[in-house]
Amino acid sequence: MTATTTERTNAEQTSFGQRLADFGRTLVSPRGAVFLLLALLLIAITVLNPNFADPGQFIRFIQRTAPVAIVAIGQYFVIVGGELDLSMGSVVTAQVVIAGNLIGDDAANSLPVLGLMLVFGALIGVVNGLVVTMLKVPSFIVTLGMMLALLGGVLFWTGGAATGNPADEFREIGRGGIRGVPVLDIIPWSVIILAVALTAAIWFGRRPFGRSIIALGDNATTARYAGMRSSLVTISTFVISSLSATVAGVLLVGYAGVHPSVGRGYEFIAITAVVLGGVVLGGGRGWVVGAAAGAFALEALFTLLNFAGVPSTYRDAVQGVIIIAAVAYAATSFGTRRRRGRSETSLRQGGEGPTDPMPDAQPAPHIPSTQRADTTPTKGGS
Amino acid sequence: MSAAQTLRRTFRRFDATIIVGVALIGVIVVGAVLVASVGRNFFSDGNIRDILTGMSVLGLVAIGQTFVILCGSLDLSVPYVVSLSSLIAADLMAGSTANILPAVLAALAVAAAIGLGNGLIVSKLKVHGFIATLGTGLIIKGFLDTNYKGTSGSVPWEFQLIGATGIGPVPLSTILMLVIAVLAWLLLARSRTGNHMFAVGGNLEVARLSGIRTARPLIAAHVLCAITAALAGLLLASRLGVGSPTVGTQGGYDLLSIAAVVLGGTLLMGGRGSIWGTVGGVAIFAVVDNVMSVLQVNPFLKDVVRGIVIVAAVAIYTSRVVERRRPRFGPDGRPPGVAADAPDRAEEVRA
Repeated sequence: MTATTTERTNAEQTSFGQRLADFGRTLVSPRGAVFLLLALLLIAITVLNPNFADPGQFIRFIQRTAPVAIVAIGQYFVIVGGELDLSMGSVVTAQVVIAGNLIGDDAANSLPVLGLMLVFGALIGVVNGLVVTMLKVPSFIVTLGMMLALLGGVLFWTGGAATGNPADEFREIGRGGIRGVPVLDIIPWSVIILAVALTAAIWFGRRPFGRSIIALGDNATTARYAGMRSSLVTISTFVISSLSATVAGVLLVGYAGVHPSVGRGYEFIAITAVVLGGVVLGGGRGWVVGAAAGAFALEALFTLLNFAGVPSTYRDAVQGVIIIAAVAYAATSFGTRRRRGRSETSLRQGGEGPTDPMPDAQPAPHIPSTQRADTTPTKGGS
Repeated sequence: MSAAQTLRRTFRRFDATIIVGVALIGVIVVGAVLVASVGRNFFSDGNIRDILTGMSVLGLVAIGQTFVILCGSLDLSVPYVVSLSSLIAADLMAGSTANILPAVLAALAVAAAIGLGNGLIVSKLKVHGFIATLGTGLIIKGFLDTNYKGTSGSVPWEFQLIGATGIGPVPLSTILMLVIAVLAWLLLARSRTGNHMFAVGGNLEVARLSGIRTARPLIAAHVLCAITAALAGLLLASRLGVGSPTVGTQGGYDLLSIAAVVLGGTLLMGGRGSIWGTVGGVAIFAVVDNVMSVLQVNPFLKDVVRGIVIVAAVAIYTSRVVERRRPRFGPDGRPPGVAADAPDRAEEVRA
């Protein structure tokens, strides 16, 4: 990578250079790589289409990415807690259809139905979480069952066809924004909602409860011995993910309209984005901003392919190559960096996190900032 | 109360394969009653043929998936391998009987190459199986979407017979699936690779420290999984008469096969499980689907039932305490036949 060479030259200089070197190292580390990738993709898009750098255009790009990023933020909490949520796509679809059917043309229905959707989303999360924690069914299976059941139920309810279209006032949440802003012209509501969600997620991640999610994903046994109410933590991660899918659904109603295919495949896109953001499948390691950046990198990749005139059918193939390459890069560079803590490189899935969280041989002081991304987010180079 | 406790203890000691058998019988009984309630015969030849036919394709995919899950990995690329192999076979056959063998071999070879790629990515690049196979699946999907606009090729009549004929009520495709299941069982129970698969899935680090080359069983599992997926694709091609780029994704074979494997008592995190449990899990799916078809349940409602059945069935297993380690000794204190030669082998490697 190009950054590796700059990092090396910087390392030979004094303390400022040292800090730059740390920055560079973080940037090429698995956690920082997503920001590097995102920057490269954005530059490439701008080169192909200079209009993209126009603030108005760029804010549209953020608006387009907002639902995916919000879903990725929700999925982040589940994954970092050591589980997986495959039902998010179905939750998005269900909420879109509920909004379409129940709100109808009457804008007065908007608020009650919005409340109902949030309650419904939280309920799905509670059910997922309860089955995972009480019946000890692997989350992969629980959420797979929920995905089938929810999608089937929604399609059964609507008869398989898209019906209803919510009032324009409701769709405004996904489509509209604060108009007449200088430079940007418009600040879409979805961008504001994304900013709020991301800030809340960062804040929540720093709270004791947020840290206990990471601790649980890192090593469930230790977490339990430390006196954590692990089922409560797990259930709350599923509630967070379902609620974020609900919010994404609200945005998508405005942006994409009501259709049973809205939200299809979102669970895999969210997981891809989260993993691209340097979060380890199996839990215990990751940074929520990385997950959001993963969503942006993915969307930027699609935009780039669009501008580059690549046939849309190749989009999937390129996406496949990128995620394998990104994760392989993360996995192998983890391996070289901490060869002594080998057991950490073997990513175990299922309900178990890595069993050996802290190898005692830590060669350099900069390691904690890259390794424990979540506990020291301020040290990160981004 | 003590009787209940002993019952509970006996229940816990049951092997997962036995539970899946009991569950299957339960599902069949309930299904037969439901089918009888609408005045149809569940055990008629035609109905049994329907169920067995329904088992064959998912069964093949799930057998391969069992290997991969036993090793602690996952394969999400199977539906695309299914579609790709059906297209390769149908295109190469082009309606001519003489081309059957080369076409079948080509489809299997391509699938094996894909499986090899998956296995290498998982074992050498240390990419989690979920992500690696999601990626390769997307790559194959891109290839399929770009090169095929619809069904393609044509399959000669002789090849179509495989999907159409049977011995009595048992279709040939199901017999093929069961033969593969027996081979898979032999591989797992009797071969070194099979034992190593259990070892690697149980604990990669311990397996490595015991002198097992951990990459090989993992790669073998992915190759075998891709090959069985290709066999499923060939079966679908013979049933449809053409190759189709969407036949795999329409069947939802990725998630359903994983569900069937877990339904069959195999641990999702690897290390424990059995082929016959998987076949039982597939049979449960087939019976539930068949009963719903006979009762003419709304197709969307079918998915709801399917989802509930998956979660409920797996919840039954997990109510037991699962011993993650395979038994080292049989009831008589001697190593059971299944694992009998594993310790010797391990020592050979060490020596």
